[in-house]
Amino acid sequence: MDGIHREKTTLLQLQIIMDINKTDIIEIAPTFRVQWEEVQDCFVVLYPEGMVKLSQSAGEIMKRVDGKTTIEAIIKDLETTFSENNLESDVIKFLEVAYESGWIRNRK
Amino acid sequence: MSQVGSETENKVNPPLWLLAELTYRCPLQCPYCSNPLEISKYQNELSTEDWVRVMQQARKMGATQLGFSGGEPLVRPDLEELIQEARSLGYYTNLITSGVGMDEARVKRFKDAGLDHIQISFQASDEELNNFLGGTKTFQHKKEMARIVKQYEYPMVLNIVIHRKNIDQIRDILDMTVELNADYVELASTQYYGWSRINVDQLLPTREQLARAELVAKEYQDKMKGKSKIIYVIPDYFENRPKPCMNGWGAIFLTIAPDGTALPCHEAGQLPIEFPNVKDFSISEIWNGSPGFNHFRGFGWMKEPCLSCPEKEKDFGGCRCQAFMMTGDAANADPVCDKSPYHQELLDDVERIAKLAEQEATHQVEVKPLVFRNMKNSKKIVKEAKTTADT
Repeated sequence: MDGIHREKTTLLQLQIIMDINKTDIIEIAPTFRVQWEEVQDCFVVLYPEGMVKLSQSAGEIMKRVDGKTTIEAIIKDLETTFSENNLESDVIKFLEVAYESGWIRNRK
Repeated sequence: MSQVGSETENKVNPPLWLLAELTYRCPLQCPYCSNPLEISKYQNELSTEDWVRVMQQARKMGATQLGFSGGEPLVRPDLEELIQEARSLGYYTNLITSGVGMDEARVKRFKDAGLDHIQISFQASDEELNNFLGGTKTFQHKKEMARIVKQYEYPMVLNIVIHRKNIDQIRDILDMTVELNADYVELASTQYYGWSRINVDQLLPTREQLARAELVAKEYQDKMKGKSKIIYVIPDYFENRPKPCMNGWGAIFLTIAPDGTALPCHEAGQLPIEFPNVKDFSISEIWNGSPGFNHFRGFGWMKEPCLSCPEKEKDFGGCRCQAFMMTGDAANADPVCDKSPYHQELLDDVERIAKLAEQEATHQVEVKPLVFRNMKNSKKIVKEAKTTADT
């Protein structure tokens, strides 16, 4: 039971070269769960015996990953909601981490 | 409940992990089991209602991960009901099992109840050793269950406790986990508590075995990157600094033993500290206010060399139970630390066991037989301890 309580509060800074297609529809991988945690006051990613707390912006992205929406539409929604332009590169950067961590996958 | 002096000044974070040890009954008899030697004393298991109340209270405080463990949790006929309740409360639910007591129909019922994850233990990669260590013929059944778990799209963790009897098979073990499509593999070096502590002479690997095994584990970690996450927990007897045990006492973990005793870790029952029972107190009272949970919070309890150590916030002085077992005082530094005056004794013991292992390998001596974890042996140990205490 020693490896079971790893908790990462910040995301790994991974430099990954990956082709992300903005027209892809993404979903949470079936081996992960994302939910709001009242006590932690943040969204968390849950997996076997572990939990990653998401920053506010990461949480805003992940809660929009519903298996129905394209990456493009997620970016647009975020820009509208927060009245900001040019969120694309930040979102893509986070999604690279999410892909690499196995949290999300493309909907087939 | 009374609180313990200055220790209440420390900010207490809510528990994140609830480990529900539903029962100490188990069809297996693994001699490295970390359950207490006194398993035969735990006759009165909590009721379904007790467990539901515990889960509700801990969830309200913020616990997110829930482990159903034991013993063998499948022994409890109300397991499906408990899973369903846990899932509806929002827990991520983990079933930590030997796979014995499970069939496809039950796996399906668990899925319907909302179980998130199943972890299956294997004793070894070959049938004979697996069945010997577990004390039962379970190997083929475990493999079958692993296939069904994957078929139902669970994330699957395979857990293999590593020790001297199986460490040289590590390549075969990893090949087996690849074949079974494990998402995570935990190669958990035996930690010497409970039953494994009394079997340490037969179980502790040698430094040479460890070095070889680590290379193989590393090779598979690289090879399986992106497909399977291989976690290799090295045994702390070979380290110079202690593990940050439980991420600190009463910091994250809450264990409930089958009889309702609340513990900061599943080994802490052996300490000469009084721990509260969920039948008498709420989880909030237990976590925030009980003397047992406040006992080693913060740094006020520490002695030298821990007290002035710059690393105390990193490892919290290591494991309280290990300090107690090896030095007689749970507030001492964990002897794994080379700053501990007891560290040399630990090294000497490791050296003594290495000699035994060498003699065993060359058939010069027969190391004493393993004591298997079962109720019969537990009763015997409890009786002997009583006799010793009485005389």
